[in-house]
Amino acid sequence: MKCEFDNNIPIYIQLVEELKICIISGEFTAGERLPSVRELALSTKVNPNTMQRALAELENLELVYTERTNGRFVTKDKEIIESYRKEYAVQIAEKFFTGMENIGFNKKEAIEYISKLGGND
Amino acid sequence: MELLEFVGVSKNYGKKEVLKNINFTIAPGKIIGLLGKNGTGKSTLIKLINDLLTPTSGEILVNGKGVGVESKKIIAYLPERTYLDKSMTVDKTIEFFESFYEDFDSEKARKLLADLELDTSEKLAKMSKGMQEKVQLVLVMSRKASLYILDEPLGGVDPATRDYILDTILTNFNEGASVIISTHLVSDIERILDEVIFIDKGKIVLKSDTDELRNKENGSIDEIFRRMFKC
Repeated sequence: MKCEFDNNIPIYIQLVEELKICIISGEFTAGERLPSVRELALSTKVNPNTMQRALAELENLELVYTERTNGRFVTKDKEIIESYRKEYAVQIAEKFFTGMENIGFNKKEAIEYISKLGGND
Repeated sequence: MELLEFVGVSKNYGKKEVLKNINFTIAPGKIIGLLGKNGTGKSTLIKLINDLLTPTSGEILVNGKGVGVESKKIIAYLPERTYLDKSMTVDKTIEFFESFYEDFDSEKARKLLADLELDTSEKLAKMSKGMQEKVQLVLVMSRKASLYILDEPLGGVDPATRDYILDTILTNFNEGASVIISTHLVSDIERILDEVIFIDKGKIVLKSDTDELRNKENGSIDEIFRRMFKC
Protein backbone atom coordinates (compact mmCIF):
# COMPACT_ATOMS: atom_id res chain seq x y z
CA MET A 1 0.00 0.00 0.00
CA LYS A 2 1.11 3.52 -0.67
CA CYS A 3 1.85 5.99 2.11
CA GLU A 4 1.35 9.18 0.17
CA PHE A 5 -1.81 11.04 1.00
CA ASP A 6 -3.57 14.03 -0.44
CA ASN A 7 -4.31 16.39 2.45
CA ASN A 8 -7.34 17.74 0.58
CA ILE A 9 -9.31 14.51 0.90
CA PRO A 10 -10.23 12.79 4.17
CA ILE A 11 -7.42 10.33 4.87
CA TYR A 12 -9.79 7.51 5.79
CA ILE A 13 -11.52 7.73 2.40
CA GLN A 14 -8.13 7.40 0.70
CA LEU A 15 -7.36 4.40 2.89
CA VAL A 16 -10.67 2.77 1.97
CA GLU A 17 -9.77 3.15 -1.71
CA GLU A 18 -6.27 1.75 -1.19
CA LEU A 19 -7.51 -1.22 0.81
CA LYS A 20 -10.25 -1.86 -1.74
CA ILE A 21 -7.61 -2.03 -4.47
CA CYS A 22 -5.51 -4.40 -2.34
CA ILE A 23 -8.51 -6.71 -2.09
CA ILE A 24 -9.76 -6.60 -5.68
CA SER A 25 -6.24 -6.94 -7.03
CA GLY A 26 -5.73 -10.04 -4.89
CA GLU A 27 -2.91 -8.58 -2.81
CA PHE A 28 -5.15 -9.53 0.09
CA THR A 29 -6.92 -12.72 -0.97
CA ALA A 30 -10.47 -13.84 -0.14
CA GLY A 31 -10.67 -15.16 3.40
CA GLU A 32 -7.20 -13.92 4.33
CA ARG A 33 -6.63 -12.56 7.81
CA LEU A 34 -5.71 -8.87 7.75
CA PRO A 35 -2.85 -7.44 9.80
CA SER A 36 -3.98 -5.69 12.99
CA VAL A 37 -5.13 -2.09 12.92
CA ARG A 38 -1.91 -1.01 14.56
CA GLU A 39 0.24 -2.92 12.09
CA LEU A 40 -1.65 -1.52 9.12
CA ALA A 41 -1.42 1.98 10.60
CA LEU A 42 2.32 1.54 11.09
CA SER A 43 2.94 0.36 7.57
CA THR A 44 0.94 3.20 6.02
CA LYS A 45 2.11 5.74 8.60
CA VAL A 46 -1.34 6.89 9.50
CA ASN A 47 -3.05 7.40 12.80
CA PRO A 48 -4.47 4.07 14.12
CA ASN A 49 -7.86 5.75 14.66
CA THR A 50 -7.97 6.71 11.00
CA MET A 51 -7.13 3.14 9.97
CA GLN A 52 -9.83 1.87 12.32
CA ARG A 53 -12.37 4.13 10.64
CA ALA A 54 -11.32 2.94 7.18
CA LEU A 55 -11.68 -0.72 8.20
CA ALA A 56 -15.10 -0.04 9.68
CA GLU A 57 -16.10 1.44 6.33
CA LEU A 58 -14.81 -1.66 4.50
CA GLU A 59 -16.92 -3.71 6.87
CA ASN A 60 -19.96 -1.67 5.85
CA LEU A 61 -19.11 -2.45 2.24
CA GLU A 62 -18.94 -6.12 3.26
CA LEU A 63 -15.43 -6.45 1.93
CA VAL A 64 -14.07 -7.41 5.33
CA TYR A 65 -15.59 -8.97 8.42
CA THR A 66 -14.60 -9.30 12.04
CA GLU A 67 -14.37 -12.55 13.95
CA ARG A 68 -14.83 -11.55 17.52
CA THR A 69 -11.57 -12.85 18.94
CA ASN A 70 -9.53 -13.61 15.83
CA GLY A 71 -9.34 -10.28 14.09
CA ARG A 72 -10.40 -9.06 10.69
CA PHE A 73 -10.63 -11.08 7.50
CA VAL A 74 -11.19 -10.37 3.84
CA THR A 75 -14.63 -11.58 2.81
CA LYS A 76 -14.85 -15.17 1.57
CA ASP A 77 -17.54 -14.10 -0.87
CA LYS A 78 -15.68 -13.90 -4.18
CA GLU A 79 -18.76 -12.50 -5.93
CA ILE A 80 -18.70 -9.37 -3.79
CA ILE A 81 -15.03 -8.87 -4.58
CA GLU A 82 -15.71 -9.43 -8.27
CA SER A 83 -18.57 -6.92 -8.27
CA TYR A 84 -16.33 -4.26 -6.70
CA ARG A 85 -13.66 -5.12 -9.22
CA LYS A 86 -16.09 -4.56 -12.08
CA GLU A 87 -17.34 -1.35 -10.52
CA TYR A 88 -13.77 -0.15 -10.32
CA ALA A 89 -13.08 -1.13 -13.92
CA VAL A 90 -16.12 0.87 -15.03
CA GLN A 91 -14.82 3.91 -13.16
CA ILE A 92 -11.44 3.66 -14.86
CA ALA A 93 -13.04 3.19 -18.26
CA GLU A 94 -15.35 6.17 -17.75
CA LYS A 95 -12.40 8.31 -16.78
CA PHE A 96 -10.65 7.21 -19.96
CA PHE A 97 -13.64 8.02 -22.17
CA THR A 98 -14.13 11.42 -20.54
CA GLY A 99 -10.47 12.23 -21.07
CA MET A 100 -10.62 11.15 -24.70
CA GLU A 101 -13.82 13.12 -25.26
CA ASN A 102 -12.09 16.22 -23.93
CA ILE A 103 -9.53 15.95 -26.70
CA GLY A 104 -12.10 15.25 -29.42
CA PHE A 105 -12.47 11.46 -29.62
CA ASN A 106 -16.00 10.08 -29.58
CA LYS A 107 -16.59 6.77 -27.83
CA LYS A 108 -16.19 4.68 -31.00
CA GLU A 109 -12.96 6.42 -31.97
CA ALA A 110 -11.68 6.06 -28.43
CA ILE A 111 -12.33 2.30 -28.51
CA GLU A 112 -10.64 1.97 -31.91
CA TYR A 113 -7.70 3.96 -30.63
CA ILE A 114 -7.24 1.91 -27.48
CA SER A 115 -7.54 -1.41 -29.32
CA LYS A 116 -4.86 -0.19 -31.72
CA LEU A 117 -2.63 0.63 -28.75
CA GLY A 118 -3.36 -2.76 -27.23
CA GLY A 119 -2.49 -4.44 -30.52
CA ASN A 120 1.01 -3.05 -30.42
CA ASP A 121 1.64 -4.54 -27.01
CA MET B 1 -13.90 10.32 32.28
CA GLU B 2 -12.15 12.88 30.11
CA LEU B 3 -8.38 12.77 30.09
CA LEU B 4 -8.10 16.54 30.05
CA GLU B 5 -10.66 19.20 30.71
CA PHE B 6 -10.48 22.99 30.62
CA VAL B 7 -13.33 24.69 32.47
CA GLY B 8 -13.60 28.44 31.85
CA VAL B 9 -9.86 28.99 31.97
CA SER B 10 -8.48 32.48 31.55
CA LYS B 11 -4.91 33.68 31.89
CA ASN B 12 -3.73 37.25 32.16
CA TYR B 13 -0.18 38.52 32.14
CA GLY B 14 -0.66 41.73 34.08
CA LYS B 15 -3.46 43.55 32.27
CA LYS B 16 -2.97 41.57 29.10
CA GLU B 17 -5.52 38.80 28.55
CA VAL B 18 -3.67 35.93 26.89
CA LEU B 19 -6.34 33.23 27.18
CA LYS B 20 -10.03 34.04 27.45
CA ASN B 21 -12.56 31.61 28.86
CA ILE B 22 -11.15 28.41 27.36
CA ASN B 23 -13.40 25.34 27.50
CA PHE B 24 -12.60 22.00 25.89
CA THR B 25 -12.09 18.34 26.67
CA ILE B 26 -9.73 15.73 25.31
CA ALA B 27 -10.60 12.06 25.29
CA PRO B 28 -8.05 9.24 25.60
CA GLY B 29 -6.53 7.71 22.46
CA LYS B 30 -6.43 10.78 20.22
CA ILE B 31 -3.80 12.85 18.46
CA ILE B 32 -4.79 16.50 18.65
CA GLY B 33 -3.29 19.40 16.79
CA LEU B 34 -3.27 22.70 18.63
CA LEU B 35 -2.99 25.08 15.74
CA GLY B 36 -2.59 28.82 15.75
CA LYS B 37 -0.36 31.59 14.54
CA ASN B 38 2.58 32.79 16.60
CA GLY B 39 1.58 34.61 19.76
CA THR B 40 -2.01 33.36 20.00
CA GLY B 41 -1.66 31.59 23.35
CA LYS B 42 -0.64 28.04 22.37
CA SER B 43 2.39 27.83 24.61
CA THR B 44 0.58 29.52 27.50
CA LEU B 45 -2.17 26.93 27.23
CA ILE B 46 0.39 24.13 27.24
CA LYS B 47 2.26 25.58 30.21
CA LEU B 48 -1.02 25.71 32.12
CA ILE B 49 -1.60 21.99 31.53
CA ASN B 50 1.90 21.30 32.79
CA ASP B 51 1.34 23.36 35.93
CA LEU B 52 4.14 25.74 34.97
CA LEU B 53 1.66 28.62 35.06
CA THR B 54 -1.46 29.10 37.17
CA PRO B 55 -4.72 30.16 35.57
CA THR B 56 -6.09 33.58 36.51
CA SER B 57 -9.51 31.96 36.68
CA GLY B 58 -11.09 28.63 35.84
CA GLU B 59 -9.96 25.07 36.34
CA ILE B 60 -7.84 22.49 34.53
CA LEU B 61 -8.55 18.83 35.25
CA VAL B 62 -6.45 15.81 34.33
CA ASN B 63 -8.34 12.56 34.86
CA GLY B 64 -10.87 14.56 36.85
CA LYS B 65 -8.36 16.04 39.28
CA GLY B 66 -6.63 19.39 39.40
CA VAL B 67 -3.14 19.62 37.91
CA GLY B 68 -0.17 19.04 40.20
CA VAL B 69 2.23 16.29 41.24
CA GLU B 70 -0.11 13.49 40.17
CA SER B 71 -0.81 14.93 36.72
CA LYS B 72 2.91 15.46 36.07
CA LYS B 73 3.48 11.75 36.59
CA ILE B 74 1.28 10.90 33.63
CA ILE B 75 2.10 13.77 31.30
CA ALA B 76 5.19 13.65 29.10
CA TYR B 77 6.05 17.17 28.01
CA LEU B 78 8.34 18.32 25.24
CA PRO B 79 8.87 22.04 25.73
CA GLU B 80 9.58 24.45 22.94
CA ARG B 81 13.10 25.04 24.20
CA THR B 82 15.38 22.35 25.46
CA TYR B 83 15.70 21.82 29.18
CA LEU B 84 18.44 19.20 28.94
CA ASP B 85 21.89 19.92 30.29
CA LYS B 86 23.97 19.98 27.14
CA SER B 87 27.18 19.19 29.00
CA MET B 88 25.74 15.73 29.74
CA THR B 89 26.27 12.76 27.46
CA VAL B 90 23.27 10.92 26.04
CA ASP B 91 24.02 7.98 28.37
CA LYS B 92 23.95 10.28 31.39
CA THR B 93 20.73 11.88 30.19
CA ILE B 94 19.09 8.47 29.94
CA GLU B 95 20.15 7.68 33.51
CA PHE B 96 18.78 11.04 34.57
CA PHE B 97 15.38 10.30 33.01
CA GLU B 98 15.40 6.83 34.50
CA SER B 99 15.78 8.14 38.02
CA PHE B 100 13.40 11.02 37.46
CA TYR B 101 10.40 9.32 35.87
CA GLU B 102 8.86 6.08 37.12
CA ASP B 103 7.33 5.42 33.71
CA PHE B 104 10.52 5.88 31.69
CA ASP B 105 11.38 2.88 29.51
CA SER B 106 15.15 3.13 29.06
CA GLU B 107 15.27 0.01 26.92
CA LYS B 108 12.90 1.61 24.45
CA ALA B 109 14.88 4.84 24.50
CA ARG B 110 18.11 2.96 23.78
CA LYS B 111 16.49 1.07 20.94
CA LEU B 112 15.15 4.25 19.36
CA LEU B 113 18.48 5.99 19.78
CA ALA B 114 20.25 3.04 18.18
CA ASP B 115 18.07 3.61 15.10
CA LEU B 116 19.48 7.10 14.92
CA GLU B 117 22.98 5.63 14.78
CA LEU B 118 24.22 8.01 17.38
CA ASP B 119 27.10 7.73 19.76
CA THR B 120 25.49 7.80 23.20
CA SER B 121 28.77 8.58 24.91
CA GLU B 122 28.87 11.93 23.16
CA LYS B 123 27.83 15.15 24.84
CA LEU B 124 24.60 16.77 23.67
CA ALA B 125 26.45 20.04 23.06
CA LYS B 126 28.48 18.35 20.32
CA MET B 127 25.43 17.30 18.33
CA SER B 128 23.59 19.20 15.63
CA LYS B 129 20.40 21.00 16.55
CA GLY B 130 18.32 18.47 14.63
CA MET B 131 19.96 15.57 16.45
CA GLN B 132 19.39 17.22 19.83
CA GLU B 133 15.73 17.63 18.99
CA LYS B 134 15.48 13.97 18.02
CA VAL B 135 17.15 12.86 21.25
CA GLN B 136 14.77 14.99 23.26
CA LEU B 137 11.75 13.63 21.44
CA VAL B 138 12.94 10.05 21.95
CA LEU B 139 13.30 10.68 25.68
CA VAL B 140 9.80 12.14 25.94
CA MET B 141 8.18 9.42 23.81
CA SER B 142 9.93 6.69 25.83
CA ARG B 143 7.80 7.48 28.84
CA LYS B 144 4.68 5.34 29.24
CA ALA B 145 2.54 8.42 29.73
CA SER B 146 -1.21 8.97 29.39
CA LEU B 147 -0.81 12.34 27.78
CA TYR B 148 2.04 13.56 25.60
CA ILE B 149 2.31 17.29 25.04
CA LEU B 150 4.66 18.41 22.32
CA ASP B 151 5.20 22.13 21.92
CA GLU B 152 6.39 22.94 18.39
CA PRO B 153 8.26 19.66 17.83
CA LEU B 154 8.92 20.55 14.19
CA GLY B 155 10.46 23.98 14.61
CA GLY B 156 13.59 24.46 12.57
CA VAL B 157 14.24 20.91 11.38
CA ASP B 158 14.73 19.67 7.82
CA PRO B 159 11.98 17.71 5.99
CA ALA B 160 13.65 14.31 6.54
CA THR B 161 13.93 14.99 10.27
CA ARG B 162 10.33 16.16 10.22
CA ASP B 163 9.25 12.79 8.83
CA TYR B 164 11.31 11.01 11.45
CA ILE B 165 9.70 13.05 14.21
CA LEU B 166 6.16 12.45 12.93
CA ASP B 167 6.76 8.72 12.57
CA THR B 168 8.31 8.53 16.02
CA ILE B 169 5.27 10.23 17.52
CA LEU B 170 2.88 8.02 15.60
CA THR B 171 4.53 4.72 16.40
CA ASN B 172 5.52 5.31 19.98
CA PHE B 173 2.67 6.84 21.85
CA ASN B 174 1.24 4.51 24.40
CA GLU B 175 -1.96 2.77 23.35
CA GLY B 176 -4.90 4.60 24.91
CA ALA B 177 -2.82 7.70 25.49
CA SER B 178 -3.43 11.04 23.81
CA VAL B 179 -1.00 13.41 22.15
CA ILE B 180 -1.33 17.18 21.90
CA ILE B 181 0.93 18.75 19.30
CA SER B 182 1.13 22.50 19.01
CA THR B 183 2.38 23.93 15.76
CA HIS B 184 1.88 26.51 13.08
CA LEU B 185 3.32 24.14 10.44
CA VAL B 186 -0.07 22.69 9.63
CA SER B 187 0.54 20.96 6.32
CA ASP B 188 3.41 18.87 7.67
CA ILE B 189 1.46 17.44 10.51
CA GLU B 190 -2.16 17.22 9.48
CA ARG B 191 -2.05 13.66 8.16
CA ILE B 192 -1.56 12.22 11.66
CA LEU B 193 -4.19 14.27 13.50
CA ASP B 194 -7.53 12.97 14.77
CA GLU B 195 -8.73 16.35 15.86
CA VAL B 196 -7.73 19.94 15.48
CA ILE B 197 -8.15 22.87 17.82
CA PHE B 198 -7.74 26.28 16.20
CA ILE B 199 -6.71 29.00 18.59
CA ASP B 200 -6.68 32.69 17.78
CA LYS B 201 -6.26 35.78 19.97
CA GLY B 202 -6.53 33.70 23.13
CA LYS B 203 -9.77 31.97 22.16
CA ILE B 204 -10.63 28.58 20.75
CA VAL B 205 -12.27 29.33 17.43
CA LEU B 206 -12.76 25.76 16.20
CA LYS B 207 -12.52 22.19 17.47
CA SER B 208 -13.26 19.43 15.02
CA ASP B 209 -12.53 15.94 13.80
CA THR B 210 -9.89 16.33 11.07
CA ASP B 211 -11.48 14.23 8.32
CA GLU B 212 -14.94 15.67 8.97
CA LEU B 213 -13.51 19.15 8.64
CA ARG B 214 -11.81 18.22 5.33
CA ASN B 215 -15.11 16.88 4.10
CA LYS B 216 -17.17 19.84 5.21
CA GLU B 217 -14.82 22.56 4.02
CA ASN B 218 -13.63 20.62 1.01
CA GLY B 219 -9.94 21.17 1.46
CA SER B 220 -6.87 20.46 3.52
CA ILE B 221 -6.58 21.61 7.12
CA ASP B 222 -3.72 23.82 6.03
CA GLU B 223 -5.95 25.56 3.49
CA ILE B 224 -8.76 25.99 6.01
CA PHE B 225 -6.26 27.36 8.51
CA ARG B 226 -4.93 29.89 6.01
CA ARG B 227 -8.43 30.92 4.95
CA MET B 228 -9.46 31.47 8.54
CA PHE B 229 -6.39 33.35 9.71
CA LYS B 230 -5.59 35.43 6.68
CA CYS B 231 -3.25 38.25 7.68
